[in-house]
Amino acid sequence: MPKRIISIIQGIGHRAIEGTWQVGLASRFFILVLLKSTTSLRRFGLVMRELYFVGVLSLIIILVSGLFVGMVLGLQGYETLQKFGSETAVGTLVALSLVRELGPVVAALLFASRAGSAITAEIGLMKATEQLAAMGMMAVDPVARVVAPRFWAGVISMPFLAAMFSVMGVFGGYLVTVVFIGVDEGSFWSQMQSNVDFRQDIMNGFIKSCFFGVAVTTIAVFEGYDAKPTAEGVSIATTRTVVTSALVILGLDFILTAFMFRGIS
Amino acid sequence: MQRTTMDLWVGLFVILGIGALLILSLKVGNLNTYSAGQSYQLIGHFENIGGLKIRAPVKSSGVVVGRVVNIQFSLETYDAVVTLSIDSRYIFPKDTFASILTAGLLGEQYIGLAAGGDEIMLKDGDKLMKTNSAMVLEELIGRFLFDKASESNDF
Amino acid sequence: MNSEALIEISDLNFSYGARPILKGINMTMHRGKVIAIMGGSGSGKTTLLRLISGSVTPSAGYVKFDHQMVHQLNRNALFKLRRKMGMLFQFGALFTDLSVFDNVAFQMREHTNLPETMIRDLVLMKLQAVGLRGAHQMMPTELSGGMARRVALARSIALDPALIMYDEPFTGLDPISLSIIGSLIRRLTDALGMTSIIVTHDVQESLKIVDYVYFIADGVIAAEGTPQEVSQSVAPFVHQFVHGEEEGPVPFHYPADAYGMDLNLESRLA
Repeated sequence: MPKRIISIIQGIGHRAIEGTWQVGLASRFFILVLLKSTTSLRRFGLVMRELYFVGVLSLIIILVSGLFVGMVLGLQGYETLQKFGSETAVGTLVALSLVRELGPVVAALLFASRAGSAITAEIGLMKATEQLAAMGMMAVDPVARVVAPRFWAGVISMPFLAAMFSVMGVFGGYLVTVVFIGVDEGSFWSQMQSNVDFRQDIMNGFIKSCFFGVAVTTIAVFEGYDAKPTAEGVSIATTRTVVTSALVILGLDFILTAFMFRGIS
Repeated sequence: MQRTTMDLWVGLFVILGIGALLILSLKVGNLNTYSAGQSYQLIGHFENIGGLKIRAPVKSSGVVVGRVVNIQFSLETYDAVVTLSIDSRYIFPKDTFASILTAGLLGEQYIGLAAGGDEIMLKDGDKLMKTNSAMVLEELIGRFLFDKASESNDF
Repeated sequence: MNSEALIEISDLNFSYGARPILKGINMTMHRGKVIAIMGGSGSGKTTLLRLISGSVTPSAGYVKFDHQMVHQLNRNALFKLRRKMGMLFQFGALFTDLSVFDNVAFQMREHTNLPETMIRDLVLMKLQAVGLRGAHQMMPTELSGGMARRVALARSIALDPALIMYDEPFTGLDPISLSIIGSLIRRLTDALGMTSIIVTHDVQESLKIVDYVYFIADGVIAAEGTPQEVSQSVAPFVHQFVHGEEEGPVPFHYPADAYGMDLNLESRLA
């Protein structure tokens, strides 16, 4: 019995060491990507191409999800608020929930599963089929040529996608409460506008989504570059990107929220 | 995928993204009531600020003219020191009266400025001389009960 | 061999951790020659290529390429040196997101400032050399294995390197594609005056086209010579390898404890 307990503790220790290693390697890789970004910034066409695959192809899922999340928020918010006779505050509720939390977080989660996994799979496959090694042999640095453009495309797309998610959500909330239920349109918007602050809410949401963009794409490119060069290795790496991204997004969100909204209403 | 169609899509994507940020700022948020222009700061000492918070609006005749930017407790005068940031379009006379008011019965608290008649105007960093503390509900009820009690004692 | 040596390998050692892969390799490779490196799977042939290209560092000895010590160069100098090298990977390793044309043009666009019209002419010339000019608009996924390898060959000669290394160029090809690749290697080597190193275990095909053969076994050079010398060799290892015999100095069994021990027969008897 003590033997089993010891082996369980060993397992925990092994995982802890492993995890710490991964964090260290990913951070080092992040620095490396930053240092080698000059090529992608000089030749912006490379980033443009990735922007298409990372950003444009994520549009549909982001817009549709945003609309539905906003509609549900509107419906649920109305149900609760009308009990207190303050159904006009539903605009505030929808907008604040989206701009502060749901916009950046849900958009980042969707982004990780749509674009993050694609980035990992693409880089992993390039590694498995020796394309990265071939590039190195042609005296072209794969980190500068393959990884950095994808990284920057992800970092640039994320805040845009989060903002579009929030706008679609507000529109969804408007659709349900104002158009379908019949909440007064004027008070819907004016309540929203007087309670959503540009710096405290919108800027902070924007900053959050920038952090998430950096985190998700760093994880995605690292997992891809670090994948075992086999079909199985690539599939494991893709799964890890989605799972790790989700955990990091939620953890980071808590930390950022604690910093941003401490001490104000 | 043709290079040009790709560029077109990316261009649309970026425009949509910037558009979304603009809508958030202008339609959802309060950037349009937030004058990005210059502002100046005034300081007011209050005996009791009640539930006043940083970023609470400063209104004059119901119009938002600025915001509370800082609240501190002074160890010299043992009262609350409130810093107001006022839009520089609005200038007030030296004897302007600042009071902490409540929107509705239980609503948020804000600072109301009632302009005086002085010739000299307030400048950046000036102190508001006349202030009126917040009305705290417990005190109000306490005073009411006390008055009632003393009234009944008269009989 | 009177021409100038392009590569000199002297007393080269390499080990993965404590496991030695190569032990004291000496080789000299001359310009304009096709050299084959043969040996069983896992004998360290591919590692040798990675040592020549500077991807890995030896534990002892040196590789000299074009009068430069490969492993003493810093990163920039190494990348500069690699522009004189081309490498053909086992399955071509074409960039799957680029067309055939863009694959061949890749190095020209990365390393030169040539105008696009000149790049176009050069790319079509290289593709013509491997007989695939008509396929320049196709994507790598649309190509057969043999065509992909020919495109990869065109890509590796894009900047007219002094050396091309081929990692198992004959694996998984049908007989026709196989002899096409073989004769292309020979023709391009002669036409461009470069050096080719072929790592392979396809004995028959490579003996037809090479000038010199090295056999590597257990991390050392077991035999070397011209194709004629090799095919007439009576050395037991070379004979076994060239004729593909099951029995010989290379054992069928991986080293292990006594069979009876592993099956616990001894302990049961005891």
